[in-house]
Amino acid sequence: MSSKRPADGGVFALFGPQLRAVGLVLPLVAFIGLTFVAPLATMLSRSVYDPVVAAALPETLRLLQAWDGVHVPPEPVFETIARELRTARQERSLGRVATRINRVRGGLRSVLTRTARRVREAEGPAWRDTLVGIHAAWDDVQTWHAIRRAGERFTARHYLHALDLERRSDGHIAPRPDEYRVYVSLLWRTLVVSLSLTGLCLLLGYPVAYLIAHAPPQRANLLLLLVLVPFWTSLLVRTTAWIVLLQTQGVINSTLVALGLIADESRLAMIYNMTGTMVAMTHVLLPFMVLPLYAVMRTIPRLHMSAAASLGASTIQAFWRVYWPQTLPGVGAGSLLVFILAIGYYITPALVGGRSGQLISNMIAYHMQTSLNWGLAAAIGGLLLAFVLVLYLVYDRLVGIERMRLG
Amino acid sequence: MPPRGLWERAGRTAYLAFCTAVFVFLIAPIVVIVPLSFNAEPYFTFTEGMLRLEPAAYSLRWYQNVMGDPEWRHALLNSLFIGVAATVLATTLGTLAALGLTHPALPGRSAIMGLLISPMITPVIISAAGMFFFYSNLGLTQTHLGLVLAHATLGTPFVVITVTATLAGFDPNLYRAAASLGAGPLRTFRRVVLPLIAPGVISGALFAFATSFDEVVTVLFMGGLEQRTVPRQMWTGIREQISPAILAVATLLIAFSLLFMLSVEWLRRRAGTR
Repeated sequence: MSSKRPADGGVFALFGPQLRAVGLVLPLVAFIGLTFVAPLATMLSRSVYDPVVAAALPETLRLLQAWDGVHVPPEPVFETIARELRTARQERSLGRVATRINRVRGGLRSVLTRTARRVREAEGPAWRDTLVGIHAAWDDVQTWHAIRRAGERFTARHYLHALDLERRSDGHIAPRPDEYRVYVSLLWRTLVVSLSLTGLCLLLGYPVAYLIAHAPPQRANLLLLLVLVPFWTSLLVRTTAWIVLLQTQGVINSTLVALGLIADESRLAMIYNMTGTMVAMTHVLLPFMVLPLYAVMRTIPRLHMSAAASLGASTIQAFWRVYWPQTLPGVGAGSLLVFILAIGYYITPALVGGRSGQLISNMIAYHMQTSLNWGLAAAIGGLLLAFVLVLYLVYDRLVGIERMRLG
Repeated sequence: MPPRGLWERAGRTAYLAFCTAVFVFLIAPIVVIVPLSFNAEPYFTFTEGMLRLEPAAYSLRWYQNVMGDPEWRHALLNSLFIGVAATVLATTLGTLAALGLTHPALPGRSAIMGLLISPMITPVIISAAGMFFFYSNLGLTQTHLGLVLAHATLGTPFVVITVTATLAGFDPNLYRAAASLGAGPLRTFRRVVLPLIAPGVISGALFAFATSFDEVVTVLFMGGLEQRTVPRQMWTGIREQISPAILAVATLLIAFSLLFMLSVEWLRRRAGTR
């Protein structure tokens, strides 16, 4: 934009109003495209695309294409993989290759690393005997199936894994063994917890929003501040506060002991479990329910209730038939907002959830930071993203994204 | 509505008691932290001395502890730098976009709005994972620039929403009036539009800054030791060696957010957009 142009039209006057509007929006659209949409696209591609094994063992995988899958592969395949493993070790990509194959079939990491190390001194021509001599797993067709599977550049295995499924060597999809099934039950738990939190927030928030919306202005402003203070207070501060209150040596337990209500050795376990997650998350999410409810309720004239009463309705009837239907947009907005926020929550469960209070987002963080299984983290993130996107569209239909206000 | 009978009066009392309980639930945890941060002992409960209001039971030791700790000072500087840079970026881009979004000639408005709001609705854990993958390809992880971009992205929806809301009450005739008096678009923007939307812009900026100042997930995924912010430092404190020093920081942050909240409320009232 040049300010040197004559003031009687400026640079924008050269274009139509439509271009001017687009020109104003474009910088942010480009920014969001680059810093937000592109990262999400990268994550989604990570969840289905992984070229590491394919790049390291190209010849082996080409030969395995022609393999019957029933018998142990022929001698040339052994010779090729010995050579390619040795190269991978020299190029320092062996660790990443072994990790990926190990995820398809546990136990193969040590087979591959040991083979790559020992095969250096080994000589042909009996490659098959040499490799089986290094580790018996080379005589097992399952090993070769695992290598072939891990070599697929495009794969659905992360999504299958995230849904506790796996593809057997004969190609059909089946549930994973019981002891490996984690994610579906965790997804269910997250769903149930999010729904309970939404219900709880509605139950606590509706009466409070009503009180604020129909109080005299002075008092309403004061009461509104009581909702806004937690809304603005740092999430970590509020989580710390709940730890201070709820832990075994914390304020509530100590008070109960001091009052003689519980014995010193039977202090309540209110934190580092699901109770802690529920309490702290209700506290975090409640303002997001109260504020949209309040925004809708303050537009409803109290006269409606009085009119219903004067026509002979009881208070309950007047509320249920006249007031409640008019607040439904607020109920919808608040509930969806709370639900969407709850389903992807990470910080609070991670800090106060202990083992039993973890949710699906904690699993994403675990695979991002600890297990470094980024493909799986991306797949769980992809599932969660799809779910949130659907809710977002529902929200747009019911409330309208353009009508979203803050506070 | 006057209560019509005993039952209604009892119901009204129960209702008020319920609401009071909810308000206590909302406020009490935040209030409890403040006196505990002045605890002279390394405990998380009120000592007997504190309850008897003995001056010796209170001290500023945890505050001294925090102020004297180079790690916390470094974290504060990082938080301020990243927060201010992200806010400037988010506010500039967000205000321009809001001006375009309220322009009647813009095609596909709701789709664009949906896109621009999406960073606010997407769970941060997903955004942070995506940003980690994408930014590490560009070598932006473990850099301040990467976190500034990430925080600006998370902050823009707030600016877009608040400024759009302020502009909803804007009279387009003012553009024409300014033009008829010989003002060019830039001059019109500076002298006519900006003063009118300033409250919306400033509260958007405050929201954006607060978002950055409280954000920890992207810092966990993308920041290195050099990029530790105050929330990141608190996260470590809570997870590893929880000491009352955390409560001193928390109290300072509470004071900080009260200041923010009152500014936004004051601006909102001034703008008359509710």
